[in-house]
Amino acid sequence: MSTASEVKRLYTKAKARKVLAILSVFVVLLIAIVISVSLGAGSPRFMDVMQVIFSKLFPFLEIDPGSQITQIIILDIRLPRIVLAIIAGAGLAASGASMQGVLRNPLVSPYILGIASAAGFGAALAFVLGIGIFMPLEGYVVVANAFIFSMLAMLMVYGIARLRGITPESVILAGVAVGYLFSAMLSLIQYIAPEHQAVRAIVYWLLGRLSNAEWESVLIILPIVLVAVVLMMRHSWDMNVMSLGDEVAMSLGVNSRRVLVICMALGALATASIISFTGIIGFICLVSPHIARMMIGSDHRFLLPCSIVLGAGLLLCSDTLARLVLMPSEVPVGIVTSLIGVPFFLYLLLSRRRQLWH
Amino acid sequence: MKLIINKLSFNYKSVAALKDVELELGLDEVLGIVGPNGSGKSTLLKCIDRILKPNQGAVLIDGRDAANIGLGELSKIIGYVPQSSTSTFPFTVFDVVLMGRRPYIRWSVSESDKEIVAEILKFLGISELAARHFNELSGGEQQKVIVARALAQQPQILLLDEPTSNLDIKHQLEVLSIVKSLTRSRQLSVIMAMHDLNLASRFSDRMLMLKHGCIFAVGTPESVLTEENIESVYGVKSHVTNSVLDKPQVTPIAPTTIDLENSKMMSKITSKHK
Repeated sequence: MSTASEVKRLYTKAKARKVLAILSVFVVLLIAIVISVSLGAGSPRFMDVMQVIFSKLFPFLEIDPGSQITQIIILDIRLPRIVLAIIAGAGLAASGASMQGVLRNPLVSPYILGIASAAGFGAALAFVLGIGIFMPLEGYVVVANAFIFSMLAMLMVYGIARLRGITPESVILAGVAVGYLFSAMLSLIQYIAPEHQAVRAIVYWLLGRLSNAEWESVLIILPIVLVAVVLMMRHSWDMNVMSLGDEVAMSLGVNSRRVLVICMALGALATASIISFTGIIGFICLVSPHIARMMIGSDHRFLLPCSIVLGAGLLLCSDTLARLVLMPSEVPVGIVTSLIGVPFFLYLLLSRRRQLWH
Repeated sequence: MKLIINKLSFNYKSVAALKDVELELGLDEVLGIVGPNGSGKSTLLKCIDRILKPNQGAVLIDGRDAANIGLGELSKIIGYVPQSSTSTFPFTVFDVVLMGRRPYIRWSVSESDKEIVAEILKFLGISELAARHFNELSGGEQQKVIVARALAQQPQILLLDEPTSNLDIKHQLEVLSIVKSLTRSRQLSVIMAMHDLNLASRFSDRMLMLKHGCIFAVGTPESVLTEENIESVYGVKSHVTNSVLDKPQVTPIAPTTIDLENSKMMSKITSKHK
């Protein structure tokens, strides 16, 4: 017969294990950053890379920043791309985790709301017809179009689901319907597009890439993702409780319908702002929460941070590979995420015997 | 806490599920609700916990209308145990019971939260299960965990929706004995919806019999569980005796809908088809 204090100690130990797991993934992420920044085309030596970074991080040390070219490669090309990979991976993974939590379905991702095909449709409109909703935003026509159409898709899903009453089922079904609608329209555009060039641009966009990363896009995405993630984290307990069903959630003082709508909107917002810049990067948002769940269980207070560091790490590693494997050419990162994610995921899946969801 | 239900009515769309239900729940009382399928037992429990919003009438808790008490505050007063529970995602037993502390926790789990959970697990004799995964337990163990989860809310009123329907006889007696002893040791009032008339008779201080959403009978098990009441509410002929535990014991005999004439006709019809 175990005593109460033993049971308490067991819980405290389990918690420490979770924190440790998250920290170790974080350390791996840091190592990946260091490796990624020093690998690539026209590669400067590792020491030169560190020199540039430290000279900028700590200007008062007056370290010699090195040659102009090295500085440009590191500061204007590689670092923004790495930072974008981290933010995008983190945002997608957090959206996936909270979406799975509130919809109580481990197979959904933010893309289930139709926002991916809607973003693709918006981007395609801009590519083929040159139609932008925000024409004055020169240079951001594709981004703005993709974002606006994904928000439109989310509102449509919300509106349709509301007609039947907001439940996980109605949201998922409405999302699937809206997704099909936009992917049909996307196909139509590709089919009737006159120029070969535009179709190629669309296909390339749909595969997802981080090659056009700039500090400017980082500065736009970062605050949106940050706010969304913090607000999602605040609903961690609600998501835990909702796993036991609507009625139990309500008896514990949680308005599950409200939490569902809020987290859905936050996930859609973060995802839309990311994929508007990067194109559709699949797999990260679906699989990071799963890997996290296998590592540390389902308590969303730990699951969200764990998914976030995993997502960031996965996307960064994928993108580094995407840069390197076909040098000097590149593979779209969306392809790589699946190629390296699937074996990793399968390994975890097959090496655990526990039932993962009900 | 004193619970008064005042002329409560509830409709699912246009179908009336509860009509003018009036009820008072005493302190430390176990009230058993019985009635056939669809008579409104579960609906009544859900209306009391504001999971469903009554169309008319009110639930008064110490004189306050439950509609004016926020969900958060209400969850510290009323605990609810549904008919069956599963968890979509894997949680340990400790985590599930800890969810009962949700009304008191903002973010981090305090020492006293852990203390309360550990004590309740011990009280229910399921300390060994603490690190096991909820979905991997047997039905009886799960039911105890869910009762533990509701107790972690430290409620004054506990609502149980058919707490024994999936359990073997040992677990049935265990769960109900625990509930009964809680009313004494923790000043808890209990309302439980039951299918098993004999278990209800044995563990209830008072019983309520529902028929088509209306109260048909209310009172001691002896006064509610009569052959006449059972026949007109359930449509079942039965024999009621006094059990060895000095409680009414119901032996169902036959549904009144199948009389001898009818069954002869049925056999004629079926033989023709052959």
